[in-house]
Amino acid sequence: MAIASAKSGPERQCAEHGHEHQNAHKTESARELQRGCEHERDREHRPEAPAAKPRKKLAGSVVTLAHGSGGKAMRDLIDDVFVGAFDNDLLAPLDDQARMPLDTLTAAGDRLALTTDSFVVDPITFPGGDIGKLAVCGTVNDLAMGGARPLWLTCAVIIEEGLAIETLRTIAASMAEAAREAGVAIVTGDTKVVHKGACDKLFVNTAGVGVIARERTLGADRARPGDVVLVNGRLGDHGAAILNARGDMALSTPIESDCAPLNGLVEALLAAAPGTRFLRDATRGGLATVLNEIATASGVGIEIEEAATPIAEEVKGFCEILGLDPLYLANEGKLVAIVPAGEAEAALGAMRAHPLGRDAARIGEVREAPRGRVVMQMLFGGRRIVDMLVGEQLPRIC
Amino acid sequence: MKYVDEFRDPEKAKRLLAEIEGLSARITERLGRPLAIMEVCGGHTHSIFKYGIETMLPRSVELVHGPGCPVCVLPMGRVDDCVALAETPGVIFTTFGDAMRVPGSKKSLLQAKAEGADVRMVYSPLDALAIARDNPDREIVFFGLGFETTMPSTAMTVLAAEAEGIENFSLFCNHITIIPTIKAILDSPDLRLDGFLGPGHVSMVIGTRPYNFIAEHYHRPVVIAGFEPLDILHALWMVLKQIDEGRAEIENQYARIVPEEGNAVALDAIARVFELRPYFEWRGLGSIDHSGVRIREAYGRFDAERRFSVPALKIADPKSCQCGEVLKGVIKPRDCKVFGSVCTPETPLGALMVSSEGACAAYYQYGDLAVLEAEGA
Repeated sequence: MAIASAKSGPERQCAEHGHEHQNAHKTESARELQRGCEHERDREHRPEAPAAKPRKKLAGSVVTLAHGSGGKAMRDLIDDVFVGAFDNDLLAPLDDQARMPLDTLTAAGDRLALTTDSFVVDPITFPGGDIGKLAVCGTVNDLAMGGARPLWLTCAVIIEEGLAIETLRTIAASMAEAAREAGVAIVTGDTKVVHKGACDKLFVNTAGVGVIARERTLGADRARPGDVVLVNGRLGDHGAAILNARGDMALSTPIESDCAPLNGLVEALLAAAPGTRFLRDATRGGLATVLNEIATASGVGIEIEEAATPIAEEVKGFCEILGLDPLYLANEGKLVAIVPAGEAEAALGAMRAHPLGRDAARIGEVREAPRGRVVMQMLFGGRRIVDMLVGEQLPRIC
Repeated sequence: MKYVDEFRDPEKAKRLLAEIEGLSARITERLGRPLAIMEVCGGHTHSIFKYGIETMLPRSVELVHGPGCPVCVLPMGRVDDCVALAETPGVIFTTFGDAMRVPGSKKSLLQAKAEGADVRMVYSPLDALAIARDNPDREIVFFGLGFETTMPSTAMTVLAAEAEGIENFSLFCNHITIIPTIKAILDSPDLRLDGFLGPGHVSMVIGTRPYNFIAEHYHRPVVIAGFEPLDILHALWMVLKQIDEGRAEIENQYARIVPEEGNAVALDAIARVFELRPYFEWRGLGSIDHSGVRIREAYGRFDAERRFSVPALKIADPKSCQCGEVLKGVIKPRDCKVFGSVCTPETPLGALMVSSEGACAAYYQYGDLAVLEAEGA
């Protein structure tokens, strides 16, 4: 991802500032920031690459090695499947890089956030989402947890030959939908096709760039005794949904993945509770892992209450049967927030007012001791340590 | 959660705990020492840690975590045999997931899989049989392990393979039986146990009668217990009550699941397919007479030990490992020289660190909260 070239010469100055773009889905802030570069692209590339060019119909119904050859078949696949779905002006020229101006970024904050994540979830579609939605939400959330406003994503796919083109289209469409919901643009990408067996159906990598507002400082080492621990809803849905979707268990449950972009919720939370110490999405390793990371980084103890920790009845039952602990199950739309006690009510109120935080709850608090440890007060009356996960509970959940 | 929450009622727990405190105070005052009660089954160990039951009990009642974790007591040599079978060309080696990480002398099944062996995790031996059906040109070996709890399903699978005429399926049998092991613990000279929580699921198969000798010859009370936290407190209360009243009997707290005579169909399947081995090696405890089973001659073609050549080497437990003493209740996991330093769940040295049902792994994962808080760590 190269963003540095945007102002490298006087001819790159963007002049058209009053112009409104048709991408109505983007959030106000994202649109504001993305505008400059779209203009730049307009002037540089439109004569050579008219956006109105009709998409070619792909021959055949499955992806073959030819689609990864770098030739015409690949160009057709990218045009037909990805460019059509992602549809934005930064992507349209299909150059080796997307180019963005710096000045609008520096106006919005003083730091860039850059992240990357690879997605190998099995199965590639599951109740509540698919690998495409996951790839967008995962990267958007990684940016948002640092207090960044996510702006641009990349999308690199590794496809096993034989994958149905229709499947790829569905996944690209769901990436586009998730990007719209999050107000981000997928601005550059890469496509590789490998021999049968060299990967499993489809792997997706997304990298993302966001900008962090000047006053925001979040960190795992900032938790202090007396702070409260909040979550934005019920835990463990994603892990349970994936495991169930594999069908090995022959169980039938209505559990759906909670996969969702959390940047909107984070903005609402940080506006209501600007003193927030730390945010993290409770993905692999679940709530237990995130809390342990915070306890270690801040040198504090964290005590949570089983009775206050929201878990869907279906997920409880699922875990009960399979001997899993929902505290370690992955989430893809849940965050843990460490907030000073004085801002806890405001933070909870803001989350509960957001569609992705209706079941937000205060699950515990930060204490002096035991240092580096997470303790759970059990409903039954006992107390126990909640440790880091040892070994793998479930492979390939994201 | 219906049918579950009833067994996790905090109010009932408080009432039971009050009774337990009264009983234990009276008994320990009379004896002049604390009480040691062993839960034989790894499932109980897991529940005890998961619900923090030790943090609720009076200090005068100590729980000793027994040998009832089949993954934990599997000797290294048998794991090496598994790896050798898995690495045999043409073999698909099927196993329950928790056996994948058990270390052999050179590697675990998980490492063998990473190196290219076809090792597949299954949830039931019938899944292994299905793989055999789907892969007629491969040899499917199922790694059978566990006590009488899992023995019937393995036996039924062998019977099903025979009935269906499936020829490419075999069993690497490591099933063990709990009674001789309890006896070995009772015979050990450093024994310091006052009573037992009996295993619930094993007893569902074998019934309650096989435990009679514990009461009759060793004069220790046994209460067969369920796995919910209230079951465990209730059974503990029943054990204390027996001690207080000077009784030593076999009682059944888990009567909703465990019939006195066991499960006749399951016992019949076990008897048809398996016979006792003269002895079997246990990790941490050594060789125990008649503590394992093997496949009878009549089903010999389903026996992986007859079908393939397995190295069958005896590998000694590491010298620094004190699993045997922990198993017998002589020391606590934290008193072991290598606990948490050389021996951790990621790199287990001893048997009890291997599975989440093992006492040391449970101590490591769920922590010794009482000690931690006493130290003010």
